[in-house]
Amino acid sequence: MPLPAPLIEMRGITKRFGAVKANEAVDLSVAPGEILGLLGENGAGKTTLMNVLFGAYAPDAGEILIQGQPVRITSSADALAAGIGMVHQHFHLAPRLTVLENLLIGIPGKTGRIDRAGGLARLAEIGRQHGLTLDPNLPVSALSVGEQQRLEIVKALFRGARLLILDEPTAVLAPSEVDGLFSALRSMAAQGLGIIFISHKLNEVRALTHRCTVLRHGRVAGRVDDPANTTSSEMATLMCGHEIVPPARGPSTPGAAVLTLDGISTSKHSGTPLRDVSLAVRAGEILGIAGVSGNGQRALAEVISGTRVPDAGQMTIAGSKVSRFSPREVQALGLGRIPEDRMTTGLVTNLPLADSMVLPRIGTAAFSSGGLLKPDAIRAFAEAQINAYDIRCPGPMTRAGALSGGNLQKALLARELAFDPKVLVVSQPTRGLDIGAARFIHEKFLDMRAKGCGIIVIGEDLEELLVLCDRIAVMYEGRIVGTLDSADATVARLGLMMTGAEGHS
Amino acid sequence: MSAVFEQIFQVGFLAAIIRIATPLAFATLGEMFSERAGVLNLGIEGIMLLSAMTGFTAASLSGSLWLGVLAAVLTGMLMGALHALFTVVLGLSQHVCGIGVTLFSSGLAYFLYRLIFGQQSVPPNIKGFQTLPIPVLSDIPVLGPAVFNQFALVYMAILAIPLAAFILYRTPWGLSVRMVGENPRAADSAGVSVIATRFQAVVLGGALMGLAGAFLSMAQFNAFTFGVVSGRGWVAIALVVFGRWDPWRSAGAALLFAFVDALQLRMQASGLGHIPYEAFLMLPFIFTIVAMAVMSRNAVAPSALLKPFRREER
Repeated sequence: MPLPAPLIEMRGITKRFGAVKANEAVDLSVAPGEILGLLGENGAGKTTLMNVLFGAYAPDAGEILIQGQPVRITSSADALAAGIGMVHQHFHLAPRLTVLENLLIGIPGKTGRIDRAGGLARLAEIGRQHGLTLDPNLPVSALSVGEQQRLEIVKALFRGARLLILDEPTAVLAPSEVDGLFSALRSMAAQGLGIIFISHKLNEVRALTHRCTVLRHGRVAGRVDDPANTTSSEMATLMCGHEIVPPARGPSTPGAAVLTLDGISTSKHSGTPLRDVSLAVRAGEILGIAGVSGNGQRALAEVISGTRVPDAGQMTIAGSKVSRFSPREVQALGLGRIPEDRMTTGLVTNLPLADSMVLPRIGTAAFSSGGLLKPDAIRAFAEAQINAYDIRCPGPMTRAGALSGGNLQKALLARELAFDPKVLVVSQPTRGLDIGAARFIHEKFLDMRAKGCGIIVIGEDLEELLVLCDRIAVMYEGRIVGTLDSADATVARLGLMMTGAEGHS
Repeated sequence: MSAVFEQIFQVGFLAAIIRIATPLAFATLGEMFSERAGVLNLGIEGIMLLSAMTGFTAASLSGSLWLGVLAAVLTGMLMGALHALFTVVLGLSQHVCGIGVTLFSSGLAYFLYRLIFGQQSVPPNIKGFQTLPIPVLSDIPVLGPAVFNQFALVYMAILAIPLAAFILYRTPWGLSVRMVGENPRAADSAGVSVIATRFQAVVLGGALMGLAGAFLSMAQFNAFTFGVVSGRGWVAIALVVFGRWDPWRSAGAALLFAFVDALQLRMQASGLGHIPYEAFLMLPFIFTIVAMAVMSRNAVAPSALLKPFRREER
């Protein structure tokens, strides 16, 4: 399409954090009616660049132009006044206030009072224009994640945004919700808004955007003028600087079941409970659990790892019945686990890495005797894993919280795999990791599979599950709605099942 | 037994409840504004004491009670600003700074009082606020003499409740206060200054705590003694939780506490004299503990309470 004068232009933006250059001489422009994709791996500087544009960080060099006029943006108030709206990855909403109150925050009232009537009228108008409807009187905590995102978009439009920045907006959505988001974004672009779409899901970028700017190590690595006709692997190569070949999953001959769940149900303690869940993982097989976040995945992971006792149902590990559901019991039976949240349930961020790496087995003879720790053994174990898995850190006594996400995930993987688990349960194994680190984790899973380990991968990234898994089960509202062989599974089919439609086993 | 009840439940009893509730209502509303913005103010006990002292001193030296009230309010705002400087601007621990403010304010109050009045065998007193009957309304039976024949500060407390609710729920500033207490990042990205809003809320809270102190030394006791506050500030912190951070409920909590306190005062004076009076003194506090245990299980504090806000953080 012919390019009108840019709505916004960033020229030579440089931003340093200490010695680290998060952005270096970055140029970027968006025209009215244009959807620009901003691509890059973790740490490539996408979020930093957008925070500069939104006034959260002051750039060390460079300038920002709006319709050709240089502007200084030093706060989010400046950004809003300049017509820039941002939908953050973690929503900036107050859950206990209503939709309307979240919209009206920071808007001067009428004669000292909140202008409710004006707010309602404007909300209805935006709803009509772009199909973004919301109940103004509901507290935000009653909205689904997709609705909260809609509210964030409405909030930006409410303030008269002409440029909308969305930071990985699809990471939290079900495939059906993604379609709704995309049609709303297309409608906004058709009415002359500029949109910056940050993502690392290449198929989405190809489907939605008109143009892409790719960042690598804080610099512009390249631009793509015709994303729809550029292959994903070409874009991935731009992002990583080298070609990325997805790991090949060879055929396998699964053995006997190493983990079975039979009729497991939990009570509603926190999050969605499980309802009559039965599944089996065989030796040498990777089973994926797909589903929109919040459909019982957490309860499932907790039951399997022994941190939640089910109300009904039975579980066996390597043929032995689990009776007490304690982490120690399931671990003794041969279960390894990598929890969803590395920082809170994975390890202790303020302790040395070595301590976190032996924590689940601290009471075993390998690491303690007679109630006393064996510091040399702990240290030696950690050092061996650091070398074996190429964990980048100054040493085993480094504070665990100082490591990057990819290295932490390697450390968690190392501490489980060192004990040759018969079953491994992992949640969101590569969330927040860059392509290289994700690739490493995937290879390890496939190695374990070849060695006869049964693996359960609980995840939201369907592309990842399709590459990795032999079979994929879909969870919806605490139930397994169906299981597909991955040869039969497609993103579309899984996406449909994730909304509760029955599948075929 | 019926004689005891008669002695307890009379018009004077209702009036006593209102009077006891007044400083608690001011203090509770003050703490509520501060906490709604995300700042716990444990300086409340000391701020009330220092305000009671400055208010009494100003009134006693100038001869004007309203000048005394003004001094107390300004003292409250100043100490509120001090707490806000530490916790909001510098982002230090709210617990530690709050206790520091209480210790500092209390010490300062004692020190200045001694410096100005010296050591006297009988503490100096002033002619405090007199009851101000409101025409017509004070003639209503029972309610009239109890509610509408009170000190001017009592009327101010009664008006402060709907005013606080209006400010909190109906004005843009009140919405900002609630937002910075729930999700400061959201307020920040909407262009609201988190630091300024929190600072203002803590200073407003301090002003209300100052009014509470002024009432104690200029309407209730008409003198300044070292025990003039005696835990009312701590009680207010509990009442905010009990009132679920809402102006109406918080005021209601203050009224309920005042009811139990007035009751125990009457019971002390009544025919139940063979029980040591200290046992009655404990009643309101036992009530507070029980009520807190029962009621605050479902209470949800503002999400960002105790959390300092810093912008450029990675």
